[in-house]
Amino acid sequence: MSTGTRPSAEAALPATAPLSSSPAAPAAPVVAEMTPRPFRVVDRVRETPDTWTLRLVPDDGGPTIDAVPGQFTMVYAFGVGEVPVSVSAVPSDGVPLTHTVRAVGAVTEAICAAKPGDVLGVRGPFGRGWPLDQAVGRDVLVIAGGLGLAPLWPVVHALARRDSAGRAAAVLVGGRTPADLPYRDELARLAAQTGLQVLVTVDRADPGWDGRVGVVTALLPDARFDPARTVAFLCGPEVMMRVTAAALTDAGVPAHRVHLSMERNMHCGIGHCGRCQLGPMLLCLHGPVCDYGRLSPLLTIREL
Amino acid sequence: MTAAVSAPNGVASCVIPPAGLDVLIRALRARGYRVVGPTVRNRAIVYEELTAAAQLPVGWTDVQDGATYRLERRDDDARFGYAVGPHSWKQFLLPPRLRLLRVRRTPGGGADAGQDGGDGARGGGTEDDGGYAGKNGGYDGSSGGTATAGPGPGRLDFEEEPPPTTRLALIGVRSCELHAIAIQDRILVAGRYPDRDYTARREGLFIVALNCHEPGGTCFCVSMDTGPAVRQGSGYDLVLSEILTGEHRFLVEAGTGRGAEVLAELTGPPAANTGVTTGSTGADDRTAAGGANSRSGDEPAPARPATSADWEAAQTGVERAVSRMGRTLDADNLRDLLAANLEHPRWDDVASRCLTCGNCTMVCPTCFCLTVEDVGDLAGGEAERWRSWESCFSLDHSYLHGGPVRGSSRSRYRQWLTHKFATWHDQFGTSGCVGCGRCITWCPVAIDVTEELTAIRANSVPGEPVS
Repeated sequence: MSTGTRPSAEAALPATAPLSSSPAAPAAPVVAEMTPRPFRVVDRVRETPDTWTLRLVPDDGGPTIDAVPGQFTMVYAFGVGEVPVSVSAVPSDGVPLTHTVRAVGAVTEAICAAKPGDVLGVRGPFGRGWPLDQAVGRDVLVIAGGLGLAPLWPVVHALARRDSAGRAAAVLVGGRTPADLPYRDELARLAAQTGLQVLVTVDRADPGWDGRVGVVTALLPDARFDPARTVAFLCGPEVMMRVTAAALTDAGVPAHRVHLSMERNMHCGIGHCGRCQLGPMLLCLHGPVCDYGRLSPLLTIREL
Repeated sequence: MTAAVSAPNGVASCVIPPAGLDVLIRALRARGYRVVGPTVRNRAIVYEELTAAAQLPVGWTDVQDGATYRLERRDDDARFGYAVGPHSWKQFLLPPRLRLLRVRRTPGGGADAGQDGGDGARGGGTEDDGGYAGKNGGYDGSSGGTATAGPGPGRLDFEEEPPPTTRLALIGVRSCELHAIAIQDRILVAGRYPDRDYTARREGLFIVALNCHEPGGTCFCVSMDTGPAVRQGSGYDLVLSEILTGEHRFLVEAGTGRGAEVLAELTGPPAANTGVTTGSTGADDRTAAGGANSRSGDEPAPARPATSADWEAAQTGVERAVSRMGRTLDADNLRDLLAANLEHPRWDDVASRCLTCGNCTMVCPTCFCLTVEDVGDLAGGEAERWRSWESCFSLDHSYLHGGPVRGSSRSRYRQWLTHKFATWHDQFGTSGCVGCGRCITWCPVAIDVTEELTAIRANSVPGEPVS
């Protein structure tokens, strides 16, 4: 894992960030890893009927959380609970810490209900992010299922900013329905204005949908990539990632260059609660991003 | 330290009579330790606070087998003549339930007064947020809107639970249990994220270890190479050997400098004469009785230097224990054996017996899995974060939006056994099992890990491990 050096609060925060204490105190408060820091919601955007993107800035005068793409934080809703959420934009991109959250349970409902001005708790960053260094000089495939696009969103933006003289980059997205596709307008803009190849499919179309219908792997024949020189980043439901990773390795992409962001129950993020085990791995420490060479034998065993 | 002699290996040592254990407990308490050791409660030997050596399980032993634990009277007055009970020392280092945080919410006014002013919308979907807005409004209203009705943001304040200040002295820690503490140290002290509470408890710990002369019916520490003899330098401050042949006595060896200091108090002149003020009744009694040279019949007989006969008797005790293990296990490369046998038919067999009650994980001295719960008060102003022991046998342990990853008892038993004996090596560089046998004794249906592992090895699937 590489977290890089922690930028100063001034560099990491947007000019509009409502700092609550004097700028002369940039150091992070020293807290135990299980203690959240207060973060204020400065922006809230509804992505789909049940999914919101929240932008968060520190409310304690300390620096923001310096996550790299693929890492996660633990987000706390007061009195309700805490969940692991991957970052969907990173402070090094010049924006606040950003999380895209789907309201599926009590905690995520409370997080999604937070309005600008409300305060949540955040601690982290935790885990290993996407090995973006492997993208240098290679074709890049970003393949997402539904909200799995969120942890890949910083990667998509990094690819969109890339010099067009670089090798091919394709973003393949599958959703249940058109309404379930996050970042839809932004995806369309990136497809139109950058060199990114963007392919989207849904399981079930609606009356306004004139795109493709089917599973995400059906997009692979249309994606521009040279398998032997490709690195792939996958996030989505486990079955989708398993099938896609197998299709990629069948096509000739080396298994150790197919990276999956895995999901398990997590209560700590620091290797103490034991819940996120997948075979020999504690996914909060050894993941959530793991390569398929390591994962493939584990993913074939039911209920591991 | 005049009464201490050099042991064969050069450590400070002495021999004390059983009553000398009272001196030991008093010396530790005088140094500010809360002394914890074995005692009989509810027909089991458990670990509780001790103020006097009379609370030790004098003359008791335990009879153990699969799903069987029974106390019986011994025909002697052994203080440590039992194996291990349902308690392990982990309850004192990793408390079963611990508050981590208090959180105070100071509501703001106006910023979220039931409207979605800050929301943008993109990607379709309807703007239907009334339920959430109402919930927030409810919090604000119930927190006394009159005092905080002005505009301005609310805030959250996180107050960490202070680390514990009480230092513990553990008495009667067997070699298997020392290994178990060392295994948890790897996770909670030496890992990438040291646990502050555990580390504070661990750093203050004084350990009086015990060479095990009395293995139980489910013990297999010899197979796991974790006992019964306490290894020199394995983290104890003092180590006792209870010698029952001939004169009933304890050989005491120091393992650390502070252990040697306490040992000197066992052997030296009465505390009152050395200027060490303990404030304990014991010291006063001894002073009243006229000091070390004129003890009454109730006073501890003086400590004396250890003789070669004492060392030989202690050695004989552990050698006899080696030959009396209740269980054996071929522990050779269990990591690869289990990794290659994740679909072994034995998992179905054991699943047909396992109740998934989690007893094995609760009594296990190394199991560390935790749950973290956030709770709020009804008024919405205060919340707390608590940490509790958890078990991989619970469905909640692997719950992931909609259901557990490991729903079957087969998968949950496999998780427990493969973690303990195989993937623990990958994660922490050691086995997670110390061979104490608690999981066998306290399994209500007598599932025996040594039997399960033997069955898997006997009919193992050859092949490469999966990791």
